[in-house]
Amino acid sequence: MPTETIGALAIIIGVIGRFWPVWIALAIVLTLSFTFRGRLGLYGQLFESGVGVAGVTICFFWLFTAMFAHVIAPFDPLTQVAVMKDAMPGTVVPDQGLVYYFGGDKLARDVFSRMIFGSRIVLIIAPAATAFALMVGTTLGLPAGYYGGKIDALLSFLANLVLAFPVILLFYLLVTPGIVETGLPHWIARVFFIVPIIFFGTLFFTRYKNRPQLLAVQMALIVILGGWVYLGLAFDADPLGIISIDPNQLNIFVAVVFASSPGVFRIVRGLTMDIKTRDYVAAAQTRGESPWYIMLWEILPNARGPLIVDACLRIGYTTILLGTLGYFGLGLAPESPDWGTAIKDASRLLRSFIHPALPPVVALMTFVLGLNLLADALREQSLKD
Amino acid sequence: MLAFIFRRLSTMLLTMLCLTLIVFYMINLEPNLKKLAISQLDMRTPAEQLESWLEKNGYRQNFFVRYGQWLGVVQKQPAIDPATGNAVPRFRYCNEPTEPHYGGILQGDFGCSTKFKVPVAQKLFPALGSTGILMFWVMATMVPISLLIGILAGMREGSRTDRTLSVASITTTATPEYVSGVIFSVIFASWLGWLNGSAASATNQGITFYNFTLPVMTMAIYGIGYIARMTRASMVEVMTQQYIRTARLKGLSFGSVVVKHALRNALIAPFTVIMLQFPWLLTGVVIVETMFRYQGFGFTLVEAAGNNDIDLLLGCSLVSVFVVLFTQLISDIGYAYLNPRIRVQ
Repeated sequence: MPTETIGALAIIIGVIGRFWPVWIALAIVLTLSFTFRGRLGLYGQLFESGVGVAGVTICFFWLFTAMFAHVIAPFDPLTQVAVMKDAMPGTVVPDQGLVYYFGGDKLARDVFSRMIFGSRIVLIIAPAATAFALMVGTTLGLPAGYYGGKIDALLSFLANLVLAFPVILLFYLLVTPGIVETGLPHWIARVFFIVPIIFFGTLFFTRYKNRPQLLAVQMALIVILGGWVYLGLAFDADPLGIISIDPNQLNIFVAVVFASSPGVFRIVRGLTMDIKTRDYVAAAQTRGESPWYIMLWEILPNARGPLIVDACLRIGYTTILLGTLGYFGLGLAPESPDWGTAIKDASRLLRSFIHPALPPVVALMTFVLGLNLLADALREQSLKD
Repeated sequence: MLAFIFRRLSTMLLTMLCLTLIVFYMINLEPNLKKLAISQLDMRTPAEQLESWLEKNGYRQNFFVRYGQWLGVVQKQPAIDPATGNAVPRFRYCNEPTEPHYGGILQGDFGCSTKFKVPVAQKLFPALGSTGILMFWVMATMVPISLLIGILAGMREGSRTDRTLSVASITTTATPEYVSGVIFSVIFASWLGWLNGSAASATNQGITFYNFTLPVMTMAIYGIGYIARMTRASMVEVMTQQYIRTARLKGLSFGSVVVKHALRNALIAPFTVIMLQFPWLLTGVVIVETMFRYQGFGFTLVEAAGNNDIDLLLGCSLVSVFVVLFTQLISDIGYAYLNPRIRVQ
């Protein structure tokens, strides 16, 4: 048993020291943003309130932590150092001179490094899944709100169908190794992942259809880039072999997008129904613009305020969903360092050891808190206009 | 109003039908049936025996026939013992009749739980009762606290109380159950030792403050922030209305304006929000009951899903979908009832 430990103060100083790339990056970004806040539009206005500054700082903190994870973390998240099983915080690893700042877990891995690497998983999946959910929800919500009638009735019924599913039941049914075998996630992914391509295709087509040369370039770019990513993700058939995704991660991704798209759909539909009665929409209709041009270039830009706020909240919500998945051991590998899985492992042993539970708990909470504060500050700012 | 309720009820039935069909499809996918057969027999059973078990118990019949049997519109056939040629019940522990019969949801028969080896109704309804008790205490703490926080914060917009309470409620919305559960357990069970970190004893020995506070606290905290924010927003809006200014100008004290004039109008929006909070509470129930080992609905759902217990899982989804849709209906009706402007339209 290693007996050499360092004190609480040394742990705090050591941890702060490990985060050095984050502090430097934060200092640069915040100083620049604060100096030029007058020219940065909505983002710059965030620096006018304490809540906004706190939100931006926390979000950037976790973003940079995820980016520099390999520099910050002293150990590999999966490496086990046998003597360090359930080590108390601040135990020095024999022969290496490095410290387990937050102690070791029951499999003798460094809790601190796992927390740092866990941020990577969360910060990749949560924003990406939210972006997809936003695009799927928008693409379906715009016509539902704009046309109304039968399209609206059908799409709303489908959205309510998914919303009536308790999230946890949906996950238990959709995120299992058995489901991956049947190829169902790949099929859902093929439907979902085509939506952004259609979305951007329509977006540029409606705007630039009178300028065929520019349009041809844009379309070619969308089809080549989008098709490449699409082939890689949905069919696992990237011709260059660069883009591929683990089937289990795809399964999680699809489940999360599936669970949060109907919420976006409802918001976009409501906003569209409100905005379509405005004069500028009537003007565009009189000009003879096509419905999709009106939806994408007249209505959507004017709905961006509430949508940005919703996106912030939704990333936080998605983070919570990912944690729920990890907590129930669904989808992610058992040794995965993500926060939910870490909380699950640690909470079973809470009676004997509490130190492995606290870092992932605090990490998840602060990240979601940062996003919520950001959303709150954005909402305040958009109300001022 | 009656026509409205009737229309909503029929949509509700259609939704339930669609959802159970989807759930039925997903739990009858091949890997899931295999999982069921393995859990019923043995890990090392050869593939042919698994197949014959599935065949014998009717899992290989046509998908729609089986869905119809579960609904109760198609007759359930008993299994035939190949040795004697006699009809035998499929699951002995459920007292299934040996002659063809209609036995489905429409007849009030929820089927047979393969995991707990009892009829689903015998397992599901006591579990729902336990969860009902938990829900009651959660609501009894969550609603008054959150309304109070919301009203105090929204009463004077922008004041120090408002800002402090707002940040506090944002913090609680950032704390999902599995986070607050761990934090509370660490503080109250591990460090202070005031409360029990497990509610397992609540099922047999009855509820005490010692074993039940942590689950209730954990579940309530996540909802408090959300409802408080909604109450605050609606209170802020009401406080800027003309009739509040009139009441103030005619010399009423601030306290009595808040209680007599603002409160009733400010509580319409939170009512809807509280009702729509139920679906989320359902997820919370699953997390909290797993975390604190309380044998309620959530615990049953996790067990059913883990073992692919088909009938029990269908029963659980039926109940949860019903809860979600029914609370939506109540919230719509209640909203119309509380807000006269909607009723006239």
